[in-house]
Amino acid sequence: MATDGLHENETLASLKSEAESLKGKLEEERAKLHDVELHQVAERVEALGQFVMKTRRTLKGHGNKVLCMDWCKDKRRIVSSSQDGKVIVWDSFTTNKEHAVTMPCTWVMACAYAPSGCAIACGGLDNKCSVYPLTFDKNENMAAKKKSVAMHTNYLSACSFTNSDMQGCDKKAMVWDMRSGQCIQAFETHESDINSVRYYPSGDAFASGSDDATCRLYDLRADREVAIYSKESIIFGASSVDFSLSGRLLFAGYNDYTINVWDVLKGSRVSILFGHENRVSTLRVSPDGTAFCSGSWDHTLRVWA
Amino acid sequence: MAQGSGDQRAVGIADPEESSPNMIVYRKIEDIITKMQDDKTGGVPIRTVKSFLSKIPSVVTGTDIVQWLMKNLSIEDPVEAIHLGSLIAAQGYVFPISDHVLTLKDDGTFYRFQAPYFWPSNCWEPENTDYAIYLCKRTMQNKARLELADYEAENLARLQRAFARKWEFIFMQAEAQVKIDRKKDKTERKILDSQERAFWDVHRPVPGCVNTTEMDIRKCRRLKNPQKSVYGVTEESQSQSPVHIPSQPTRKTTKEDVRKQITFLNAQIDRHCLKMSKVAESLIAYTEQYVEYDPLITPAEPSNPWISDDIALWDIEMSKEPSQQRVKRWGFSFDEILKDQVGRDQFLRFLESEFSSENLRFWLAVQDLKKQPLQDVARRVEEIWQEFLAPGAPSAINLDSHSYEITSQNVKDGGRYTFEDAQEHIYKLMKSDSYARFLRSNAYQDLLSAKKKPESEQGRRTSLEKFTRSVCCWRRVRMAAAFHPRGGFLPAVGKVAGGQAAHRPDAVLLTVPPAGLGPEDHTGRRRRSTSADRVSLRGDLVTVKEKE
Repeated sequence: MATDGLHENETLASLKSEAESLKGKLEEERAKLHDVELHQVAERVEALGQFVMKTRRTLKGHGNKVLCMDWCKDKRRIVSSSQDGKVIVWDSFTTNKEHAVTMPCTWVMACAYAPSGCAIACGGLDNKCSVYPLTFDKNENMAAKKKSVAMHTNYLSACSFTNSDMQGCDKKAMVWDMRSGQCIQAFETHESDINSVRYYPSGDAFASGSDDATCRLYDLRADREVAIYSKESIIFGASSVDFSLSGRLLFAGYNDYTINVWDVLKGSRVSILFGHENRVSTLRVSPDGTAFCSGSWDHTLRVWA
Repeated sequence: MAQGSGDQRAVGIADPEESSPNMIVYRKIEDIITKMQDDKTGGVPIRTVKSFLSKIPSVVTGTDIVQWLMKNLSIEDPVEAIHLGSLIAAQGYVFPISDHVLTLKDDGTFYRFQAPYFWPSNCWEPENTDYAIYLCKRTMQNKARLELADYEAENLARLQRAFARKWEFIFMQAEAQVKIDRKKDKTERKILDSQERAFWDVHRPVPGCVNTTEMDIRKCRRLKNPQKSVYGVTEESQSQSPVHIPSQPTRKTTKEDVRKQITFLNAQIDRHCLKMSKVAESLIAYTEQYVEYDPLITPAEPSNPWISDDIALWDIEMSKEPSQQRVKRWGFSFDEILKDQVGRDQFLRFLESEFSSENLRFWLAVQDLKKQPLQDVARRVEEIWQEFLAPGAPSAINLDSHSYEITSQNVKDGGRYTFEDAQEHIYKLMKSDSYARFLRSNAYQDLLSAKKKPESEQGRRTSLEKFTRSVCCWRRVRMAAAFHPRGGFLPAVGKVAGGQAAHRPDAVLLTVPPAGLGPEDHTGRRRRSTSADRVSLRGDLVTVKEKE
């Protein structure tokens, strides 16, 4: 009871100033550990050779902007969703369409493949996450078998079968402990919205892509931003990012229709890939790292290797 | 957490419209083109060009723009500069004077800069009535350069039908504008006409061109007036952005908010962090370890299916016989072996030999539990409890009493994460004990040096092929002994020296080089033979594609 009274005496202003001084202290502590830059240490690492990456497959069939895609564990199947409300499952190696579902709403902004390969989940403006089991029985109406697994208060912008533990909250990237529901770490160095986050393969770091036209690498153990991937000539936002299998390469899709390939350690750009005719909206590396797929507002998906 | 955009002006936060992604790009482009037009600091040469009987005022060539971009934005490749320039044009900041299609070419084509009045950053949302007036005006002016393109004529026809009732009004507006235009200076009019046309090229693009005013629907809620992409040509099913929420007043920060922040900050200060130098070393070490497994950096053997159109790589990975490279990876971390089905099998076999397989089986059962549909969870929890933890369990695992307590409590609720604590404990146990011993074991070491074939089920490959794979590593002496007629228990492989195997008419086995070294390649280096190699007629080591 006595302590309650004490708290009541603290004004908002005094609390705020306490918070400010703590922020200052935190910065000081972190600065002590900032003894070197990643790209400096990476100078001793062998430079990557010339990259010749091309479109190896183009998936045509969506009638409108492709908004999201995901790989199946079998390394060749892909599910993609579009603004026209269609969700398509492709065997991207042969480019055949294997399943197509029409969602009751447009702007299907999220879709994901089940680890078992037997189902897909998707959602968007209908505020629901629906799961469709995949069947090859042509008589089965896929839509009839769907199950709604969650209701949200607003549109579903991302879904995956295992909970992703990061979230881009405007300019902040936050790391959450799914069990306690607490935010464990937060990073706020981007100058505008973060559109995409992805873990570094070891799980110790993650990359983000933002509307400020940069991608950044944050390390969880150092609790700071450790690299920025940017160029004067890149002025459009990065919409989606993913790492290659070893974590040496970062692929980023941009709103200027290109994909930039970055050397994660040295911080330099390795390659720029042209091909899409409108914004790149989604990008994922395949499960075995042999290729990556990009989806675009130009209605197509491309597999690159 | 602050939600809407209401009170932000009062707190001195930037206009929310300024932070919309399109606006961020517009401001950057404006910065670029302002510099581009600046005489004093090396801008592009804007001049009046004499052509035929008239003058073309205020133009710059595509090449000049490309050169400027390369020089001032440190762009090495002209292709990149052309791409950026085309995007700047597509947004409506610079335009070709003789084309509706907004791209940039690296040649003598003439371009003009857009007037700030028409800049997209002014948040234009031109209505169809505006467009109708504009097109109408064009038809009134009788100038060759103002003639409507086909798509514009179609648009006009469609608008005339749609606005049939107010066409008189539109017509009058158009007439009024024409009158005003006539009074302007000829040169000025040329420039303004072209700028107005470029404006409509952005907001009513040529069919097939990208409409650059489109916004990502997820960002629309920020704007006071959501952008609507209304084409004159295609039908949009949505008229109103469904995600536009009327802006809510910002919730004021409360003491509770700040207290939470203080707790968070204290937790961060207490966190033990690593030095950057250590972190850098760790990141570098990880990539260096895995770079040979990264198919986009180190070409995959035999080939990357996406590049060669050959799925041999995937077939090999599906087979139960792991390559040395794959076996090596199991040693990188405990997680690596758990991730790989074949690795798990090998590890399980090893544990069985040590009579401690219940640990891995428990771990796998708990992983599986997490994926079960809700209706099956309770049943599975009970099954796992009975199998591994209950008194007298057939596969009893070893848990410390504390863990056991927690788990037996959890079992009462029977949820998906009942065994989290126990699983973590068992994981650590396996990692520090069994896994370490597995890596030192003969079973693993043999696989690593590819001495012995793993005792797994037969794969898709024929028995002859399996035989030849293992044989390649044996010495010739053993080989001869294997082919001795008395060795009848071995799979029939046909005659040596020119013979053919019964099962595989396309495979011919002759001589086998000594284990380890392959033939010299063109650079004189010998490469190591692997189990994927087979032998040709002349005894050279070649890799042969399977005939299926």
